Amino acid sequence: MHSSVVQAINDHQEQLVSKWKEEMARVQEEYFENSLPDDLVFTNNEEFIDVLYSSVRLERSEAEGKIKHFAERLIQTDWPLSYFTQGMQVFRRIVTAYIVPYINNAERDSVRLIVEVEEWVDAIVNQLVDDYSDSWIKTLELQQMALNELSAPLIPVFEKVSVMPLIGAIDTERAKLIMENLLDGIIQHRSQVVLIDITGVPVVDTMVANHIIQASKAVRLVGAECILVGIRPEIAQTIVNLGIDLSTFPTKSSLRKGIESALELTQRKMVQIENGAEWRA
Amino acid sequence: MSIQSSVEVQTEWGIVSARQAGRNLAKEIGFGGVDQARITTAISELARNIYLYAEKGEIVIEAVEETRGTQKKKGIKITAKDRGPGIKNIREVMEDGYTTSGGLGAGLPGVRRLMDDFDVDSVMEEGTTITAIKWLR
Repeated sequence: MHSSVVQAINDHQEQLVSKWKEEMARVQEEYFENSLPDDLVFTNNEEFIDVLYSSVRLERSEAEGKIKHFAERLIQTDWPLSYFTQGMQVFRRIVTAYIVPYINNAERDSVRLIVEVEEWVDAIVNQLVDDYSDSWIKTLELQQMALNELSAPLIPVFEKVSVMPLIGAIDTERAKLIMENLLDGIIQHRSQVVLIDITGVPVVDTMVANHIIQASKAVRLVGAECILVGIRPEIAQTIVNLGIDLSTFPTKSSLRKGIESALELTQRKMVQIENGAEWRA
Repeated sequence: MSIQSSVEVQTEWGIVSARQAGRNLAKEIGFGGVDQARITTAISELARNIYLYAEKGEIVIEAVEETRGTQKKKGIKITAKDRGPGIKNIREVMEDGYTTSGGLGAGLPGVRRLMDDFDVDSVMEEGTTITAIKWLR
């Protein structure tokens, strides 16, 4: 950047910043229709300015780190992308307006032209940013919904026997769903035995184990029985290493064995039909 | 060897990607299935501790080598760093069943059993660094 511009930005920080905050208040009102929480807008505005000024003052790599950090924080709080684009545009307008009185007439005319072009481009940029981020948000929401539907299905396989196959990592959100679906499903299908199949769970750490133990306790409270199946050998070893006590917890190595003992618990069993002549004929 | 990866842990997704990075490197070094499961579980515990107690931090996973006499040992080293509140009483935390979060209280003592070398360095109000190494046999 031209050193005189850097100097102008630095020298008039106070006026520029207060003007920027004024403008941003207007943007918050008109553009975001006051949808952003005021206290967060305040702290984010402060940091925005800090980041902006550090990009003028610090080394490039350092400033990039600061921007990245700021962006990550805002992304995590679902802050709109247009806050950045709007904020930058407002700052640019203010700096340009600030420079105008210090330049001669001929230059002023060209600045005016540039400002007009920028206004036109900005409007399109803003619309594109909004359209794109809206579509991302929508896709994410739909995927989240699809994922939730898949995440903890309870399948009634026989009368009084249901299976919950779990595939993939289990986080807190999913653990909650597992518990809810288990209990709701048991009531709905009148299950007496539920098999939780963890063949597809890559890691069973203390948190996952804890959630399974809690779920099975709750299952017992609604009058059903829980059997854990599909514990792979390496998972069995890590559970023992971790020192997790599953001795009070009925477990079976495979889903098939689990179903056999579930049928036993409900006084039934699978038998092979001796005489197959009928269908052979 | 200079294979090293660092994963920031700030959300539960961070825990998953730290685990994935650990599993990949463990596989590359030549660990078997059981040890891979041990290493990923240890990473999972350490990353979850960061997420639960320090809010954010990082997990660094690297391949290490040690020469003892003519024997060369290969291993994987996990470093969990955070600037959280620190651990008040390390001895208590290393006991089975001790928990402040309603969990099983098997996390850190479990990690010590899952791995070969284990070291906790924690300063109150400044943060915690935990290193754990698993050697290839």
